[in-house]
Amino acid sequence: MNGGRPITEDDLQGFVDDMLDRRRRGEVQAYLSDHPEVAARVAMDLEMRDALRSALLPIADEPVPADLSLARMIERHGRPRRDWARGALQTAAALLLVVAGGAGGWGLRLAQETPRAGIAALAQEAADSYAVYAPDLGRPVEIKAADAPQFIKWASRRLERDVSIPDLSGSGFSFIGGRVVPTPHGPAVLYMFDNGKGTRLTLLSRNMAIDRDSPMKLGNAGGVTSVSWSRDGLGFSLVGPLDEAELHPIADVAKAQFSRTI
Amino acid sequence: MQDMRLLIEPLIPRLRRYARVLLRDSVGADDLVQDCLERAIGRWHQRRLDGDARTWLFTILHNLAMNRMRQSARRGSHIPVEDADPIAITRAPDQESGIHHRDVLRALDRLPDDQRAVLVLVTIEELSYADTAKALGVPIGTVMSRLSRARARLRDEIAGSDRPAASHLRRVK
Repeated sequence: MNGGRPITEDDLQGFVDDMLDRRRRGEVQAYLSDHPEVAARVAMDLEMRDALRSALLPIADEPVPADLSLARMIERHGRPRRDWARGALQTAAALLLVVAGGAGGWGLRLAQETPRAGIAALAQEAADSYAVYAPDLGRPVEIKAADAPQFIKWASRRLERDVSIPDLSGSGFSFIGGRVVPTPHGPAVLYMFDNGKGTRLTLLSRNMAIDRDSPMKLGNAGGVTSVSWSRDGLGFSLVGPLDEAELHPIADVAKAQFSRTI
Repeated sequence: MQDMRLLIEPLIPRLRRYARVLLRDSVGADDLVQDCLERAIGRWHQRRLDGDARTWLFTILHNLAMNRMRQSARRGSHIPVEDADPIAITRAPDQESGIHHRDVLRALDRLPDDQRAVLVLVTIEELSYADTAKALGVPIGTVMSRLSRARARLRDEIAGSDRPAASHLRRVK
């Protein structure tokens, strides 16, 4: 027996992985020659190590797919910010034109006609949200219908009140998901519905400082119709590319459901 | 940007290999590597300059893989080993070596995820024990005990596969 440090399990692993310094390696080797059973075990570990290596090492020789091109990824990573900056600049330039050109014309009219508060403002915000999110094919919603409980939790937390999802399936529209969106009057919840034939409706809901209990109001702008109302300080605006005659009954259904739950 | 490419690019084939062995699914593995690279690009400035880019990347990849595996376990979409993408048997089983590749890969597949991760980082990726511990976020003692258990289990599995199948199977009506 040698009088050195006893050989440990860690030493045996280190031997297999070739992680020992030369002296320790020699000590393990001496130990193994005295202990054939342990030596057989270590021999098998070495054999398995080699088998694993010869089976798996060649994976790294495969050509790397184009999706994993780092150059492209770096390019893509930098791009959105530049696009955003360019877009913002263009918007600013356009606004400047509108303001400059509209001292007595369009600019002034826009300023007058954009509602500042109440149900009319809610309807405007709802129409804006519809225009942005409804045509989005890739990611119309942030949380999908399958994760409805998560959506309800999120929405309820942001509106600081219990929120529920209306069931419009009687009119052929199913809930596909939603998101929280910003408005000048705080966070709003956007529900999205789809009839499976390419028509989408959105329902925007937020807390109301004024017009806290308002009967239904109809609106038309940019080819979409809106039906807006509020109850107990919570405002709703249903928006879609339908006629008033089609949209109004759907809004009635939603309103009845919210009245029951509140 | 240039140093990022120089440091990361040569590691991509190895990241793909590790992801594939962990997930046993080559398409999912490449998605995971893409995720990992995008995070690495986004967080390049947060990387510790004294740290090793390789360990850092394996850490990101490993955490993403564990999240993904936990999610699919929760969804119950576990792929049985027999149906899974064979972990890239890139060569035909070598009849001359004592242990068949197929046997050792099947045994590797059956290891618990944490043991498989340690064994692959050490044996295939040749990370030091200390770097493996860093990549997995565990103490080095845990790395050593997982390694020892992984190897013991492989030995058992391979010794078992030498025995005739009749000793494992029981005839049922």
